[in-house]
Amino acid sequence: MSKSVLVIEDEPNIIEAISFILSRDGWRVASHSNGVDAVEAVEHRKPDLVILDVMLPGRSGYDILRELRAKENTGKLPVLMLTARGQTKDRALAEEIGASRFMSKPFSNAEVLEAVNALIAL
Amino acid sequence: MASLNLLIGVCVAYGAFLFLVAFGAERAALKGKSGWLRSPVVYTLSLSIYCTAWTFYGAVGYAARSGLEYLTIYIGPTLVMIGWFWALRKIVRIGRSQRITSVADLISSRYGKSNLLAVAVTLIAVVGTTPYIALQLQSVTQSFAVFAAADPTARTGEETQTTALWVAMGLAAFTVLFGTRNLDANERHHGVVMAIAVEAVVKLCALLAVGIYVVWGLGGGVVETLARIDASPRLGQWHVASGRWSGLIFLAAAAFICLPRMFQVLVVENEDERHLRTASWAFPTYVMLMSLFVMPIAVAGLTMLPRGANPDMFVLTLPLSQGQSGLAVFSFIGGFSSATSMVIVAAIALSTMVSNHIVMPIWLKLEPGRGAVVSGDVRNVVIMARRISIVAVLFLGYLYYRLSGGGAALAAIGLISFSGVAQFLPAMIGGIFWRGAARSGALAGLGAGFAIWLWCLFLPSFGEGVVIPASVMQQGPLGLSWLRPYALFGIEGMDPLVHGVLWSILINAALFTGISLFSFPSPMERLQGAQFVNVFQHSASPRGWEGGTAQSEDLMVMAQRLLGAGEAQLLFQREAARQGVQGYLPEPTGEFLQVLERELSGSVGAATAHAMVGQIVGRTAVSVEDLMAVADETAQIMEYSSQLEAKSAELARTARQLRLANEKLTQLSVQKDAFLSQISHELRTPMTSIRSFSEILRDSGDLSEGQKARYAQVIHDEALRLTRLLDDLLDLSVLENGQVNLNVTRVRLRDVLDQAVSATGADRGLMVLRRTPAQEEIWLETDGDRLAQVFINLIANAEKYCDAAQPELRISLRQSEGQMMVDFIDNGSGIETDQQAMIFEKFSRIGEQKAGGAGLGLAICREIMARLGGGISYLPGQRGAAFRVVLPQARAIAAR
Repeated sequence: MSKSVLVIEDEPNIIEAISFILSRDGWRVASHSNGVDAVEAVEHRKPDLVILDVMLPGRSGYDILRELRAKENTGKLPVLMLTARGQTKDRALAEEIGASRFMSKPFSNAEVLEAVNALIAL
Repeated sequence: MASLNLLIGVCVAYGAFLFLVAFGAERAALKGKSGWLRSPVVYTLSLSIYCTAWTFYGAVGYAARSGLEYLTIYIGPTLVMIGWFWALRKIVRIGRSQRITSVADLISSRYGKSNLLAVAVTLIAVVGTTPYIALQLQSVTQSFAVFAAADPTARTGEETQTTALWVAMGLAAFTVLFGTRNLDANERHHGVVMAIAVEAVVKLCALLAVGIYVVWGLGGGVVETLARIDASPRLGQWHVASGRWSGLIFLAAAAFICLPRMFQVLVVENEDERHLRTASWAFPTYVMLMSLFVMPIAVAGLTMLPRGANPDMFVLTLPLSQGQSGLAVFSFIGGFSSATSMVIVAAIALSTMVSNHIVMPIWLKLEPGRGAVVSGDVRNVVIMARRISIVAVLFLGYLYYRLSGGGAALAAIGLISFSGVAQFLPAMIGGIFWRGAARSGALAGLGAGFAIWLWCLFLPSFGEGVVIPASVMQQGPLGLSWLRPYALFGIEGMDPLVHGVLWSILINAALFTGISLFSFPSPMERLQGAQFVNVFQHSASPRGWEGGTAQSEDLMVMAQRLLGAGEAQLLFQREAARQGVQGYLPEPTGEFLQVLERELSGSVGAATAHAMVGQIVGRTAVSVEDLMAVADETAQIMEYSSQLEAKSAELARTARQLRLANEKLTQLSVQKDAFLSQISHELRTPMTSIRSFSEILRDSGDLSEGQKARYAQVIHDEALRLTRLLDDLLDLSVLENGQVNLNVTRVRLRDVLDQAVSATGADRGLMVLRRTPAQEEIWLETDGDRLAQVFINLIANAEKYCDAAQPELRISLRQSEGQMMVDFIDNGSGIETDQQAMIFEKFSRIGEQKAGGAGLGLAICREIMARLGGGISYLPGQRGAAFRVVLPQARAIAAR
């Protein structure tokens, strides 16, 4: 059974790029492009990994992560955070809340692959 | 028989003797051996200038004509000396503490150092005193005439007339010499006072000698003399016209205080207040001795001399007729003494007034700025002014004597002169006892009293028809009978003198009181008023000068020239020592300036001294008013508290402004952070796609052609998006910084809209409806491309965000209050109220993210419209999204 990933991202082109990369690596990729019901989407799909954008329409990625970490069934779910704001304080905030990995855009495809595989191997 | 030449010789010798006495006294005073000069006896004797030649000769004549009435002239001053001792003491105290130099100075000083008042008083004093001086000249001339008549060798006629001129000149010389030696009037004229005291003794002795000779030599003893008086038809009867008596007593009393010469000896020359105590009994005694033998001499003259003999000359003619030429000469010298002492003191008093209150102010005015500071000895100016004044006063007296013809009419002039100066009384007495007395009241009273005096007493005194025609005397001027000089307001039958005195003093006092009650004195007046009225309570002087930037050195220069170098240096050194300062220059404190001003006022009068110090200190009369303002505690506290209030309000305002500024800065900083963060996001997002897909294209060899083409298209689109974003950012930056170059041309609104509609293509099925094509035909003076940019943005937004099934955009023009507006209204669901305010902010996007917009479009539109001089706003309540573009107003109108 292949690993599943949920990409929570609002940019269609980025969703397409990530989907392409990960599916070629054998992942089952699902995407969700709205912040408001992102937590429900996670609970519903129960992915092995979540790729979470920070700036989402409706709700910030930080809020979503906080809620996921607070819940029992998603408390230890590996989450790779992506942000287009590459500032240090964003990274610090992400780590504090409990992001498993933090990457700033633009990323290299190889890096994303390496990161998700590392996270799933833990 | 004493020859005229002998008499002249005696006169000259007597004059020389007086010179010696005066000179000796001056020398003694200079050497500091003036102890005996400053005795109460000398002071009392100097007061005897009240008894002039008019009293010496005239009292007998008066008695011969009107009986005991002559006594009124003595009773008045006696009453003042005894009954009004406290009032006199107050005047003397004020005079000394304020360094008063004359009656004019006293009144001017009391009423706020008003020079106008001083000038008025001076003029009245000159007019009132001139006839009196003429009277003295006449008496001397007449006494010469008596001797001339008895001397067969004498040349009569014109020769005797010139006697008056010679006497006047001699007196002028004496007065100039001893009256203007010292500048400071308060240093007192020791020489003059001493000479006057000697003269007082001489005239008393002379009169007593004649009296004794008449009673015991001629009359055969006291009893016989009394019997003869009793037998006399006129003198024996005790008939007293009570009105005239009380009038005359009042007049004499008033004159005793108000006469410039009496003020001079009584107040100015006073060395010690205690002398007044001695004088209060000694002077009445002197006066009593003077009047003791008046009746016997009058009776003897009337009975023993031929009918028609001038009773005014009985004192001379009685001894002459009996061959007692020695006694006659002695008597003559007594009369001469009386005349000269009066003239000398009167001339000094008047010259002080004239020079201080008329000449000096004019001189100061003519030489503004240099009056006090620039080189040149002011002392010389003052002394010259005094000398010229003395000569002028004496010449005036002589002129009056010549003009009035020296007739018998002169005899009555004494009382008229008294009543002239008595006009000072209300202002003077009111000023020292009543704090409410005001300058305007004093001026009005003096003016009115003086006018009535001129009309009712002075002008008629020249004789009927001389100045005032007989018809006017009888019927009044212009037929106004109530203005008849001897029957004002129709009250007839009164003694002319009592009538004139009554009306002038009554109206004077009434105006003085009335106007004072209804006027508010200036601060300076109130200050001086308090100083005068409460002279016994206030030992300290008023602080006229506070602070100030006076140059002590300038003050020193001025003081040296007014007081003399030595005197001024002593004063400055003393004051410096008192302040604890080394050397000659004390700090120009208010106290020091006060002392200095008072010293100077002794030389030039209070008003002038105040003005001179004011010139140097740089402030004139303001400081006292400042002081009053400061003293007014309520005002001060109110001012202070209002200042505090203003200050705290100002502080609060500043704090608020600071808080606002801080908030703005914080906000700016937050905005900057947010802006950078946004830009980062907007740039990185397309770059992420580009990088990712370019890596896919690079690394994945097994892509289909369709995939390759699609991914290349994504990369291309995102690159365009990036470019657009950078363009927008640059555009916005330029617009916000005001660096944009507008290409203003004449464009038609329809063309601009056409351009915008075609640029957007309307390919997504948006229907653009132009509702008011006719109104689009206006011409604008603006940047057409920029305006089109705004329109394109609005149409594109409608294309992107209008969520209606069949989206349409209505463009309509509207005119309101002179403004041309273009409304863009779509049929979508519009923008929610709470977001309407945000849509023009940078990076604000509403609803779901759609490809393309970075959220800068409306922000750019707003900037553009602001640059073009118009505006853009969201128009709520139109169902769909509605934007209103306000066209540049002035240009739109100009383009019609």
